[in-house]
Amino acid sequence: MALTDKDIKKLSHLAKINISSDDELIVLKKLDGIMKLIDTMQKIDTTDVQPMSHALDIYQTLRDDVVTESNQKEKFLQLGPESNEDYFIVPRVVE
Amino acid sequence: MKDLSLNELHQGLKNKDFSSVELTQYYLNQIKDLNTDINAFITVDEEKSIQQAQQADQLISQNHISDLTGIPIAQKDIFCASSWKTTCGSKMLDNFYAPYDSKVVDLFNKSGAINLGKTNMDEFAMGSSNETSYYGAVKNPWNLDFVPGGSSGGSAAAVASGMSPAATATDTGGSIRQPASLCNLTGLKPTYGLVSRFGMIAFASSLDQAGPIAKTAEDCALMLNVMADFDERDSTSVKRDKENYTQSLNASIQGKIIGIPKEFFNDELNDDVKIILEKVMQAYQSLGVNFKEISLPNSQLSIPVYYVIAPAEASSNLSRYDGVKFGYRASNYKDLEEMYLKTREEGFGDEVKRRILVGTYVLSAGYYDAYYLKAQKIRRLIADDFTKAFTECDLILAPSSPSTAFKIGDKTEDPVAMYMQDMYTISTNLAGLPAISAPAGFINNMPIGFQLIGNYFEEAKILNFTHLYQSISDWHKYSPGEVL
Repeated sequence: MALTDKDIKKLSHLAKINISSDDELIVLKKLDGIMKLIDTMQKIDTTDVQPMSHALDIYQTLRDDVVTESNQKEKFLQLGPESNEDYFIVPRVVE
Repeated sequence: MKDLSLNELHQGLKNKDFSSVELTQYYLNQIKDLNTDINAFITVDEEKSIQQAQQADQLISQNHISDLTGIPIAQKDIFCASSWKTTCGSKMLDNFYAPYDSKVVDLFNKSGAINLGKTNMDEFAMGSSNETSYYGAVKNPWNLDFVPGGSSGGSAAAVASGMSPAATATDTGGSIRQPASLCNLTGLKPTYGLVSRFGMIAFASSLDQAGPIAKTAEDCALMLNVMADFDERDSTSVKRDKENYTQSLNASIQGKIIGIPKEFFNDELNDDVKIILEKVMQAYQSLGVNFKEISLPNSQLSIPVYYVIAPAEASSNLSRYDGVKFGYRASNYKDLEEMYLKTREEGFGDEVKRRILVGTYVLSAGYYDAYYLKAQKIRRLIADDFTKAFTECDLILAPSSPSTAFKIGDKTEDPVAMYMQDMYTISTNLAGLPAISAPAGFINNMPIGFQLIGNYFEEAKILNFTHLYQSISDWHKYSPGEVL
């Protein structure tokens, strides 16, 4: 199934990546090539095969929910592009 | 010092032939001389490295010395190192200074090793040539017009050129083994879960695994002794007793069986690579190893399956880069939505964006069963092939890369051609198995490796087989400039 420019617009929206109109056709062409490669797996019969979501069939290790690091608020707020006192600043979202 | 092994460096430090500060300064000078041409390092911080070396010298003077104490190790820029710039090869993290150490960096620090600097890599480890890095392509030390492979191309080029004795790397689809093959090095991708992923920037979480790139199997064993450790902060870390990987390096392999997968040794295999692999087989034969043809019937599907699973996981992992809490933020936007859209448009490179879009597509409403679930089912078939094969053999021999290094720019316009670089390495990531690439010879003066794949947690066996091969071959001893 070939991708269309409508698909690219939808993906851009879902992935939150702007794609300029100049690039749209190039992106479409390359993605279409990748999807053709991916579609070669469709010929395999996978009836009754259990999906493998993890490299090792083991249970996830759990640990006690205890505080191991002290408060590092300032250290992490400093990493933000814009912060103020206790908050990361983003454009206004509520009118 | 350039050609000394990790063990020889250790002996030199122990015998006070040189200090850690002298050793570290030697490598920092090598970087000054060579990095402008090769571009293997993104960040070097002489002051920090020398400070660590001074501390190591103090430990050594008190006879507190373990295998890697005082030895400089280059760290792939995917590992967070406290107060070091940690970019993952991306503009998105160009201003990111890690607030904590990854488990891997922490283990090296505790062993007394020196962080020599952060190595260049494909952006977010997505690439097979190191050309997708925001910091520019890395050059192959064997010929500067060629790629070093990727994504751990900086780590490989740093070791091959003598800028670092060994380096850390990561492998999601071949990113340790393919650059090792293209740069005449030994690179080990351990079993999934053996090395902690804590603080290692995520690409595809069910596939990512860290390991060493070094000159020899012995060096890789010494590196893995430090890197392999249970970590409760990585929920996929496997709790098991610590092994000493150097212990069985010289064990006899007489009578052992190497499996030869017929699907890898077919008409598609490059003739020159085939000749090289036949010579590897002859060497193993002289060590008393027998061969058996095996079958991995679903391995041909590894690439399509990988290009569903890895982008799907990447699209989720990389959603955290939104310009809010850390990293790059676009400068012109009118609202939050536009801030996201432009931040991610400007902060990510083309290949990363492509993979996020593919991942988004295969996970989007209506396509999940046809792509993601289908790929997970074939992943099971691929893993089952290996389980069956290992009832018939000890290890599996395979090519590491389809060819020697290609020229910079040759494959950048064709992502699918680039993806084919990993055709022999990806299936082990999907299965979660350990595998090594080691030097096997040269084609037109460019190096190429062979691959040995083992069953789960059989790193010691892989290193043993590789070490014995290296005890009767010389390929790993060649450095750039000596073969021409």
